[in-house]
Amino acid sequence: MDIQFWTFLIVGLTFTLYIGIAVWSRAGSTSEFYVAGKGVHPLANGMATAADWMSAASFISMAGIIAFLGRDGAVYLMGWTGGYVLLALLLAPYLRKFGKFTVPDFVGDRYYSRTARLVAVACALFISFTYVAGQMRGVGIVFSRFLSVDINTGVVIGMVIVLIYAVLGGMKGITYTQVAQYCVLIFAYLVPVIYISIMMTSNPIPQLGFGGTVADGSGTYLLDKLDGLHIALGFDAYTSGIRPTMDVFFITMALMVGTAGLPHVIVRFFTVPRVKDARISAGYALILIVLLYATAPAVAVFAKTNLIETIHEVPYDEVPEWVTNWEATGLIGFEDKNADGRIQFNADPAINEVRVDQDIIVLANPEIANLPNWVVGLVAAGGLAAALSTAAGLLLVISTSVSRDLIKRTLKPDISEKHELLTARFAAAGAVIFAGYFGINPPGFVAQTIAFAFGLAAASFFPAILLGIFYKRMNMQGAVSGMVTGILFTAGYIIYFTMIRPDLNQAENWLFGISPEGIGTLGMLLNLSVSLVVSRLTPAPPDEIQDMVEKIRIPREIEDAVREG
Amino acid sequence: MKEVYAQYWKRHLRIIGVLLVIWFLVSYGFGIVFADQLDAIRIGGFGLGFWFAQQGSMYVFVIIIFVYVFLMNRLDREFGVEEI
Repeated sequence: MDIQFWTFLIVGLTFTLYIGIAVWSRAGSTSEFYVAGKGVHPLANGMATAADWMSAASFISMAGIIAFLGRDGAVYLMGWTGGYVLLALLLAPYLRKFGKFTVPDFVGDRYYSRTARLVAVACALFISFTYVAGQMRGVGIVFSRFLSVDINTGVVIGMVIVLIYAVLGGMKGITYTQVAQYCVLIFAYLVPVIYISIMMTSNPIPQLGFGGTVADGSGTYLLDKLDGLHIALGFDAYTSGIRPTMDVFFITMALMVGTAGLPHVIVRFFTVPRVKDARISAGYALILIVLLYATAPAVAVFAKTNLIETIHEVPYDEVPEWVTNWEATGLIGFEDKNADGRIQFNADPAINEVRVDQDIIVLANPEIANLPNWVVGLVAAGGLAAALSTAAGLLLVISTSVSRDLIKRTLKPDISEKHELLTARFAAAGAVIFAGYFGINPPGFVAQTIAFAFGLAAASFFPAILLGIFYKRMNMQGAVSGMVTGILFTAGYIIYFTMIRPDLNQAENWLFGISPEGIGTLGMLLNLSVSLVVSRLTPAPPDEIQDMVEKIRIPREIEDAVREG
Repeated sequence: MKEVYAQYWKRHLRIIGVLLVIWFLVSYGFGIVFADQLDAIRIGGFGLGFWFAQQGSMYVFVIIIFVYVFLMNRLDREFGVEEI
């Protein structure tokens, strides 16, 4: 049976599963719609968080990015996992104790002001929209690649699927669908890699295999071999860092802090029953994420070595079949510059004859390793699971921001539960259509959305929430001026270098040598300093707010404990 | 009650502080700033700096969270503030 058959079969089965779960777990109340009734088991929540977190980019592009960046690819590995430590230790348990539904809820209540709440809603919407615009495009690309439809049709199919389970099930439907999606995507990621690891290094564990010796009996370590290949072709050694340490430091920090400040990640920890569940749930989520993230660098090394050996100095008409297959998609291409009929791969653009898209590293994996056709179908289902779960999670944050933070808490506080739920469903539908529009007509900045979303989350929410929990004296004036400064500075810097003057986007023009990707770290520091200074110059927050801060710091109040005996 | 509460918070902050120092050390220290020096030490095919950057730091992150959960649950019980 051919690849097409298996792809349709496996993708069809998984989609039926997702829709089935959505119908079974549809939401009946606003609490179920916003936070799944706060009844999600910590392990299930960990799986849902992991699926929500890992997007099509993590699944398809990350290993490829690492393969081309070498050691510097670690900024994404550390950046997108280390944030969970901050989340678990500094934010999640206290926000769960606080016990409301959204991040603007916390900011608005803690800083006792509508202004603070509105600033937070604006930040949440802006961050989620920038993030989701890239995701919907990703959904379209994944569909078009695997189901051979055009990208726009792909976006529409994705919209319909997400619409069904997000509008019907709210957070409850999304959470249980994501549990299934996590299982699909992690299985799809690991199966081909384990095969390849056994083939190349005789070690079934890829994380150990890529540090082991090559299976040809020569006793050479795989990484030494790859370093050698790189140097021979004029590249820097694979395992050496090339980017300036300062920039690597700032980018990693911006991604970590940004992770901890992303509303769609934080809201996950509102869905579990208790404070201790929020703590352990972050732990489960991180293990499940690291399972994929620690495998990605192994994929990168296997695939990069394979790629160089398969094509370099090989006569064009003798390359394996997968190369010609993928050439048709435009993801890999050749130009015989010296007309010798052989393919040359080189660091020097004047000699190099190969153009490789980073996505091919994961997509072509099953074919490079000669795996059965059903594995290709599985990878398709995995990519789709990753793309859909992330898009759905983000859309829910958007709809919650609109129906709860904007309408219920600000514009029309007397709205009934039934109407609020209806509004939430409409807002979800509206958000899907809006995101779909940007998926079909992507704005020019899609490539920069990562820097944007993470930088803004780092520079706005993270300091405001952190200080709100750990600094009782922090007041409304400090938090609002801090958030506004952080956002304006970070957005201004990124917009300047990516949209207004992209020609100046080079290391010598950057402030302290920090690239737009890492500037969120500086924005965060600026936010912290402004908040602290302004709060010192303005009156302390009211007593009841200070009491509230004391309460969110402990899982159960000591007074209650005493009263109960 | 105030003093008991203050004591709980102080112990709590100490746990977080120590764990965050480790968090910073394995990622920014071993994985970024001292990675080149650590690469002189080899474990199998890995230079130690490269291993921390692409593998080790992530494993330590997971361990940090589970140690935190263990210590905090114990602290909660000690002060009688655990949830029922």
